[in-house]
Amino acid sequence: MVNDNAVFFSRLLTELTLTFHIIYATIGVGVPLMIMIAQWIGIKKNDEHYILLARRIARGFVITVAVGVVTGTAIGLQLSLLWPNFMQLAGNVIALPLFMETFAFFFEAIFLGIYLYTWDRFENQKKHFLLLIPVAVGASMSAVFITMVNAFMNAPRGFEVVDGQIVNIQPIVAMFNPAMPTKVGHVLLTAYMTSAFVLAAIAAFRMLKGSKHIYYKKSLYLFMKLGLVFSIGTAVVGDFSAKYLVAYQPEKLAAAEWHFETEKGASLLVFGIRDGEDVKYAIRIPYALSLLAHNNPFAEVTGLNEFPEDETPPLYIHFLFDLMVTIGFFMVGVSAIYVIGKLRRWRFIHSKWFRWVIVAGGPLSMIAIEAGWWLAEVGRQPWILVRYMKVAEAATSSQHVDLMLLLFCLIYLILGIGSVVVLRRMFKRNPIEREIADRHAEKGGGIS
Amino acid sequence: MSLEVLGVSVLWLFLFGYLIIASIDFGAGFFNAYSLLVGKKRILTVIIQRYLSPVWEITNVFLVFFFVGIVGFFPRTAYFYGTTLLVPVSIALGLLAIRGSYYAFESYGSRGHKGYSFMYGLAGLLIPAALSVVLAISEGGFITIIDDNPVLDYAALFTSSLTWSIVLLALAAVLYISATFLTWYANKAGDREATNLLRKYALIWSIPLAISVIGIMVELRKHNVIHFDRMIDFWYLFGISAVMFVITIIILLMRRHYGVAVWLLIGQFAFAFFGYGISHYPYLLYPHLTIYDSFTNETMAISLVIAFVLGLLLLIPSLYLVFKLFLFDKDYVRGKEDHHA
Repeated sequence: MVNDNAVFFSRLLTELTLTFHIIYATIGVGVPLMIMIAQWIGIKKNDEHYILLARRIARGFVITVAVGVVTGTAIGLQLSLLWPNFMQLAGNVIALPLFMETFAFFFEAIFLGIYLYTWDRFENQKKHFLLLIPVAVGASMSAVFITMVNAFMNAPRGFEVVDGQIVNIQPIVAMFNPAMPTKVGHVLLTAYMTSAFVLAAIAAFRMLKGSKHIYYKKSLYLFMKLGLVFSIGTAVVGDFSAKYLVAYQPEKLAAAEWHFETEKGASLLVFGIRDGEDVKYAIRIPYALSLLAHNNPFAEVTGLNEFPEDETPPLYIHFLFDLMVTIGFFMVGVSAIYVIGKLRRWRFIHSKWFRWVIVAGGPLSMIAIEAGWWLAEVGRQPWILVRYMKVAEAATSSQHVDLMLLLFCLIYLILGIGSVVVLRRMFKRNPIEREIADRHAEKGGGIS
Repeated sequence: MSLEVLGVSVLWLFLFGYLIIASIDFGAGFFNAYSLLVGKKRILTVIIQRYLSPVWEITNVFLVFFFVGIVGFFPRTAYFYGTTLLVPVSIALGLLAIRGSYYAFESYGSRGHKGYSFMYGLAGLLIPAALSVVLAISEGGFITIIDDNPVLDYAALFTSSLTWSIVLLALAAVLYISATFLTWYANKAGDREATNLLRKYALIWSIPLAISVIGIMVELRKHNVIHFDRMIDFWYLFGISAVMFVITIIILLMRRHYGVAVWLLIGQFAFAFFGYGISHYPYLLYPHLTIYDSFTNETMAISLVIAFVLGLLLLIPSLYLVFKLFLFDKDYVRGKEDHHA
């Protein structure tokens, strides 16, 4: 018996939790690597500014980790609370990476605690730096394992269904399903990219607010360089993702591209408004879709009309696709201009308006992350396990999901506002100028 | 030992780990809020924060580990417990969110925000209450199958005296465990005032703890005779637990050997908890679900066990390092240096 009300509210609540969690999770995966790089450079160059940079980021990171941990716990339990039928079935096949994720998380939690509370215990910064390796590895590995679970939902493998019974289970095959490589790659790179651009945005913002300290110049240049590398990586893996979709989930790409009729030499649609199968005001890039899908401008791309109507995703995902890709390329451009400009001493990259563009890059990258996840998730509607189980069959039969949705709205509101207020206050009360002065007084010199 | 029993034992062990370290955490939050209320903040807050700040995230992982593990080893529990526990677990999650964010928010931003401290203290009592309800449900009688779907009978659950004795036990245990542990920690820090206060709390909370245990036995006899009889079969486990409890109290009264008291405390709860678990065997949810009919397939079970062993090889040395740095390091415990990020 399907309880439509429960299905609807379960979807809404899962979407709410994930949308909120992803903001903190992305930072949680990317920022440890940034801290690690900053501290490493500080040690190598023997430049206290980078060490201080690592320390200040780590301090803010605690706040985002706290929210990431509690919302992650929420989604972990909600999987069973809201989708009990799904977990009962999938648990038999995909429990292994889920289980391994908790180990990665455990590992990270332990060393993050140690790293944060041992700043003044080690005379040698290199020793302290070593603690960051398990933090960064744990953070990235938990993203790898949890993305494997999500990839499995897109490309279920490693089991067979005989007379309604699951048999012949192979957990390793389930983990290394065809969707896994591109998903994991894309998730990791976008998390690194977004974290770099968020940190760059903070530095640019402080400079716009009047800070002339060299600390921010170093910080901005470092994170723009890292952002450039990771955003280019993101674009490359994004291209692989499209090729994966063509081979395994063509209806997702077709819906995202409003590609209705199967044709050769298909063109890529950017933006536009749809009226039935007619698309107006779109930018058409001839042959680009075929090129994207098959590396061949004249190849045939399957259209959406080839699929049964009740197995295709909603068409609004086109806008999500556009948003994600546009922001992605925009950020490649902005960071490339900045880095090249820095090397060639272009003046305008230090202008106010360009700094504002960099500031905007932080939130924009986060929006791209959200858009990308909505695209990926809505794009496999109506399936929860593609071609095995539909979303409606998986949901709980409980009558109280709507109330719980309200409860979680309230919780996320408190956490969201709380984290922003605390982070702002933390850095406002202790600007870099003061922290350097304090350390100067404490140690009697050493840093300027 | 069959894989089923191995799986459930491992999970039970982790739940026990969570029980101990979360109790310390929950109780500490309550004592912290209480000390604010009666104007003794200065005495307790320092000790509590010094211990808890580096470990709150680890505490949470124990819980995550348990629920991911149980769904992994026993996927059918997702169906029975997932469907029925939506409301109590969601409430617990909300409270956990408040707690989880507290240390980070408190230590860096809103230091001394009173409202938040009270919410935090209160959450520390409500979470064990919300979570312990699951133990009452597992005794059976509160879940009926309607149209093939399990449905939780809230009226029966909240009017049952078994439920309330379990809730009382959970609360008393949390406060007792926390106070005893923190007595040891405060003593190690050389903070006599906090030691005495916490020692007093430990002694006070041992009384409702003893009463509620007896209450549960009486209730269980009415509610689930099979379980009760099996508990009698394992009477010696509970006997050892009771003896350890009495010795702990004597040590606390003697005002010394607090380290021994902590080990006895852990032993006491270990024997009681495993006694309870063994006598519950083979049911995960009486009478609908046993560990056998809900167990995952053999391939998955074996790979989970392998992952578990490899994971432990990683975790045990790491946990040892944490203990060494924050529990057994004299300078840290006494707060000689500010080790803050």
